[in-house]
Amino acid sequence: MEASTLVWLIPAPPLLAFFLIVLLTNRSKLLSHILGVGAALLSFIGSFVVIVLALQSGHLGEHPFTSVLNWFPTGDTWFQIGVWVDPLTVATLFFVAITVLMIFLYSVGYHNYGAPKGDHDSPGLQPHGATVEDEHGHKHRVPSIEPMYSRFFAFISLFAFGMYVLVVSNNLLTLFVGWEIMGLCSYLLIGFWYAKPSARAAAIKAFLTTRVGDVVMLLGLAYLYYLAGSLSYNVIFSEETLDLLISTPTPFLGVSAAVVIGLFLFIGTVGKAAQWPLHVWLPDAMEGPTPVSAMIHAATMVSAGVYLVIRVFPIISAGMHHGEPTLTMNVMAFIGAFTGLFAATIAVAQNDIKRVLAYSTISQLGFMIAAIGIGAYVAAAFHLMTHAFFKALLFLGSGSVIHGVEHGVLHTGEDIDPQDMFNMGGLRKKMPITFWTFLIGGLALSGFPFITAGFWSKDEIFADAFAHSSWAVLIVLAFAALLTAFYTMRQITLTFLGEPRTESAEHAHESKWTMTFPLIFLAVFAIIAGWPGIPLDFPVIGGFIPNFIHEFVGETLREHPEAVTFNFLPLLISLAVSLGGLALGWWVYKDVKVGEPDPLEKPLGPIYKVLQNKYYFDELYGFLFVRPSYWVSKQFTYLWLDRKIIDGVLHAIARVAFSIGGLLRNYIDKPIVNGFGDFVGESVKWIGRSSRFIQTGRVQQYMVMALVIAFGTLFYYLFFLSQP
Amino acid sequence: MEFIMNHLLTLILFSPVAVAIVVILLPREEVKLQRWVAFLGSLIPLALSIILWFAFNPNQPGFQFQERYVWYEPINSSFHVGVDGISLTMVLLTTLLTPLAILASYSIKDRVNTYMFFFLMLEMGMLGVFLSLDLLIFFVFWELGLVPMYFLINQWGSETGEREIWGRKIKARTYASFKFMIYTMAGSLGLLLAIQLIGVIAGTFDMLILFERMGSVEGTLMGFPVSTVKTVAFWAFVVAFAIKVPVWPFHTWLPDAHTEAPTAGSMILAGVLLKLGAYGFLRLVLPLYPAEAKYYAGALAFLATMAIIFGALASYGQRDFKRLVAYSSVNHMGFVILGVAAAAFAINSDNATIALEGAVLQMFNHGLSAAGMFFLVGVIYERTHTRDLNEYGGLFPLIPVYGGILIFVSMASLGLPGLGGFISEFLVVRGAWPVFTFFTIVSMIGLFFTGAYILKGIKQVLHGPLNERWKGQLSEINLREAFIITPLMVLMLVIGVWPAVLLNVINRAVMMFYSLY
Repeated sequence: MEASTLVWLIPAPPLLAFFLIVLLTNRSKLLSHILGVGAALLSFIGSFVVIVLALQSGHLGEHPFTSVLNWFPTGDTWFQIGVWVDPLTVATLFFVAITVLMIFLYSVGYHNYGAPKGDHDSPGLQPHGATVEDEHGHKHRVPSIEPMYSRFFAFISLFAFGMYVLVVSNNLLTLFVGWEIMGLCSYLLIGFWYAKPSARAAAIKAFLTTRVGDVVMLLGLAYLYYLAGSLSYNVIFSEETLDLLISTPTPFLGVSAAVVIGLFLFIGTVGKAAQWPLHVWLPDAMEGPTPVSAMIHAATMVSAGVYLVIRVFPIISAGMHHGEPTLTMNVMAFIGAFTGLFAATIAVAQNDIKRVLAYSTISQLGFMIAAIGIGAYVAAAFHLMTHAFFKALLFLGSGSVIHGVEHGVLHTGEDIDPQDMFNMGGLRKKMPITFWTFLIGGLALSGFPFITAGFWSKDEIFADAFAHSSWAVLIVLAFAALLTAFYTMRQITLTFLGEPRTESAEHAHESKWTMTFPLIFLAVFAIIAGWPGIPLDFPVIGGFIPNFIHEFVGETLREHPEAVTFNFLPLLISLAVSLGGLALGWWVYKDVKVGEPDPLEKPLGPIYKVLQNKYYFDELYGFLFVRPSYWVSKQFTYLWLDRKIIDGVLHAIARVAFSIGGLLRNYIDKPIVNGFGDFVGESVKWIGRSSRFIQTGRVQQYMVMALVIAFGTLFYYLFFLSQP
Repeated sequence: MEFIMNHLLTLILFSPVAVAIVVILLPREEVKLQRWVAFLGSLIPLALSIILWFAFNPNQPGFQFQERYVWYEPINSSFHVGVDGISLTMVLLTTLLTPLAILASYSIKDRVNTYMFFFLMLEMGMLGVFLSLDLLIFFVFWELGLVPMYFLINQWGSETGEREIWGRKIKARTYASFKFMIYTMAGSLGLLLAIQLIGVIAGTFDMLILFERMGSVEGTLMGFPVSTVKTVAFWAFVVAFAIKVPVWPFHTWLPDAHTEAPTAGSMILAGVLLKLGAYGFLRLVLPLYPAEAKYYAGALAFLATMAIIFGALASYGQRDFKRLVAYSSVNHMGFVILGVAAAAFAINSDNATIALEGAVLQMFNHGLSAAGMFFLVGVIYERTHTRDLNEYGGLFPLIPVYGGILIFVSMASLGLPGLGGFISEFLVVRGAWPVFTFFTIVSMIGLFFTGAYILKGIKQVLHGPLNERWKGQLSEINLREAFIITPLMVLMLVIGVWPAVLLNVINRAVMMFYSLY
């Protein structure tokens, strides 16, 4: 089989699984998860075959695996779609295939496959647990199986399908198709426990917030399609098209079409990758089941956002000369760096274990966007990949923690929030595998030097910022990285170290193998995924492994980016912020006692409150956008504009018509038309009535009348006519 | 067979009448029989149009399967029918939706034979508009479709609901049917006069001749130059079609009529009747008045944008589920008109072709999704006897299959990629972007709120805490209902995945039809 034929098939199994589960196997939990996980495995195998073939092919950048077919006609030409595997696709496919498969497997354990049915669980709500009796007749409360188990696998399969479509597409339109399918799936999965009002609200918020970006992105696609006559990568990234884009002026502030299109597409990313100011949906997305959080925040959706801007980098950077960034890139550098710091500060003051990770995701995505903004193409792709591994690991780890504590909650019957880190502590002994893997993930996130993957990718961004003299970006990101290390250590310390702070934490226990195996598997990648990206001129360890990432991914671009030369300053910054942050985090949180507030609450004072409330962005948007749009749609548009004005005018016209009709009736119809008719009738009647007296019915009278008339006539003739 | 192929269009057009006559003659008590005869009978035009679809040659320019009979010789009007790719698509939509709508009417219990009679006559009226190649015939069918719909709303519309007007309360369905009838008639009046003006200046009502001759007509009519007459006729056409589509601000009859009509009536209203207006723009306004259309295209684009935005906003502001869906039609048809406006302005360019392709496809897709949505509203209404969104709540666990279907159809209506609506909206946006950039950008506000109202519907009906009142009260969607919605869903998916099935035909038709003028 041709490699490109195989690429077509990669997205197919999850889609098939979706339809089969929905239509056929939805009553069987066993079959449904076999289909789901099996489909993920097939796609995984397909992806790796393609990856291996791609690695062997050489010069993949110039000769990507591709094949196209006609999708629909537009005038004399066809809109073509197809598949496309270049080095960037390979890198993305690599982490997507692995994380997706692991998340699928994890979901089996997470949704308590094999556990009994809940005592009073109902679809649409989280399982509440079941009561079982052991052989001694003791009753225990244990976790219960998810009532919508099959549905979960159907949705998440469709989600995976969307991501695979996006990755293997050779054009921006089918990329957008995958993009939106994921949008739908995130809506369905964030609102998986739809009966909870908070989950329902979060789902809608996610869909609509990202839709703001999507509709703008659609305009970008329309514009690009208009200018280039195609949306296929080989056309839109060709030299002629890029020249055309640069040289086409637009009415928007006189910038070139390349900038407008780049910004429109970037706004799509701002929504999908949850960048400020459209970041608000992502933390709320934690309402979904934890595998979904991992799916959204690591493997698929947010990665798709960053993937888009990496993919369209040629357009974003079109018109860049002598390393001078374009307007689009400057905007991206600003938004990315700002978001990186902004989200990191919020993460410091969150107590929910998943919310901390959510904000850290926003922050890390900001790093990648900023990297693109300063032209660090490879570094962005590299960080995208390492982040996918360690963030998936962290989310799944947090799910395992929550699972463990929930187990404790069911056992003890305590009424506490199993996601609040202040209710945990000391879990390292209870959940050793989760602890060690979470630690690896956390260290990778903090950029713990030399071993972890996160260090190498983050270091690459710093090195690039330094080499491009983007001082502002470097300083802001360095500070964000410091905070990252700090809140990560805060999280690890509060969750795993010290002593248990609640009964439930005391009774937590390690999760099943279906959950711990993915953790271990991902932990391996959270470490080794960074090694192929070690700069060649790095002191001591550089050069043992070739800087494969740079060579390979860099090949995607027509002009291969040059590796930056090694410098000690960014390395020192990298080391200082990561180790410093970790140490600080441990020192501040090492002995938080039961019921104690956050040690930072006092020293930070009102700032802590602001951070805890996420700078009040939800409230602000509610005030600025949400409530006004209720008012505009109901009061203004419907009741006022449609009902009062437009219908009012219609009714007025109708009234006028009625009135005119009335006037006609009362002044013309009734008096004149009817009047004349009546007059004629009445006159005839009157004449008849008044001449009635002669019709008496007596023959004698008639005879007399006839005689009188006869004599009268005779007399008339004789008297008048006989006159000479 | 020979006979069928030679008279295919007249057979499609009049077979509903034959069925209607049979149904009305059936014994009054045989309700079941009346239903089945009506349903099975309505499959005849469907089968014939499927034959037509396959016998049709998309690459042949001009109209195919033409038939022409003497009708009104003294004024040069003949009974002339024919199809091209645009009308073919619409014919298929009509003959497809009618049997489904009839099947959806099985819950009607009152005067079934009369109801079915009107329904089939309605189908004939709509088909006639799409098939006519003579302006007078066109007008006759245009009006014929109106009468049955008036009675369907007036007699079989929703029982409850009142509307206050001038301090008096009248039944909502009386109000709605009257408004629908009078409003459309008001538009038709101008249309009739304009058709006569054209007849006088061009000396014929035959569209094929008019398409060729209209540009070169010169002289005066009662002292007015032909250009003035044409402008007047143009506006009369535009107003008549704009009311039917409906284009903002002529749209307020729509939410009333759609809301008060019986379920099947709403399906046909939204699914086909609105397309008559859009079809008028495509078939008559653009080719007959290219210069005027180009001149006023900006105004039309403005109104289309207003429809897209205010349609979506008004939909979002509803508490009544059916009215929410009704307003969504204003929003979606706005895209059709935006495409028409862009094409009018940039006639004979790539942009125009793409915009028109998008507009025609959007008509078909909206026919599917709007009919589907109205049907699903009807299904839930029959079970709960309420349309108030606040009275539902958390019904998903009770009716999971219905819920899944509702989400699917809602997503098609929202224009989710992978389902039909996306391709057509994208093509319209792509076609309109270079022509009316500003309006295209602003219309994205409407596209955003499309998401908002769709999710609002799902949120209020399916999601959230269960309203205990419905526990044990609701039955799952039944086999007949599933049978109605399945073909619609399949088509939505097929068009979304493989738009070429329709676009092949539409694209050729658009290119050949408009290249002449």
